Amino acid sequence: MTLAVTTCPVTIRIQEDDFDIAREIAILTKGRTDIGAVVSFSGICRGDEDSANIAALTLEHYPGMAEDEIKRHADEATSRWPLNGVTIIHRVGRFMPGQNIVLVLTASQHRQAAFQAAEFLMDYLKSNAPFWKKEESAAGDGWVEAQARDEEAAARWTRS
Amino acid sequence: MKVKYFAWVRERVGKAEETIEPPATVRTVEELIAWLSGRSEAYAYAFEKPKVIRAAIDHAHVKSDAAIAGAREIAFFPPMTGG
Repeated sequence: MTLAVTTCPVTIRIQEDDFDIAREIAILTKGRTDIGAVVSFSGICRGDEDSANIAALTLEHYPGMAEDEIKRHADEATSRWPLNGVTIIHRVGRFMPGQNIVLVLTASQHRQAAFQAAEFLMDYLKSNAPFWKKEESAAGDGWVEAQARDEEAAARWTRS
Repeated sequence: MKVKYFAWVRERVGKAEETIEPPATVRTVEELIAWLSGRSEAYAYAFEKPKVIRAAIDHAHVKSDAAIAGAREIAFFPPMTGG
């Protein structure tokens, strides 16, 4: 019996431009017959927050650290689950409701690892990757406050 | 050392980055926050709730008791809200 050699390419991009989910999945799976599952998560700019209408959202990031921090989480994900590929794209700039903000793709032989790794990556991105959202609404501009539920979501993956 | 500020910390301080030379008695992140707070009202306002402020040294998250010796770049920012 020979063990299949799997590789796990990790792609991380921070960009102003939009992404095409189908194209990113095609790039991730091209020429691969070892991948049996791809999970895709997209974060989209919502038009309302706590019943207030959001006109636009501006995302600021810490260049350099944002890439490093996402890479650290991607490396942890690949060490915890048998993954065959990871793509993380986080947009920065100003967004209108309905526009894409973030994309996480995880590929694996079986769905369980792909689902869990995608959830782990999103939970960590939310509370550990250096990005900040500022909302524009009729009430004025304001920085989005961090949610305790996001910190709790990330904390549940901490191994004791 | 270079210091960077993000989001509302940047807005309150009034600048995105600067180079500072704190005295040798300033050894930790916590002490640096206290020293910066004493520089002007803008800094005092930015750091009025020091427990809320997150810090990173050379692109890695650190706690408030982390030593700043040897740091090339220190960043201060509010809790993150990406994703």
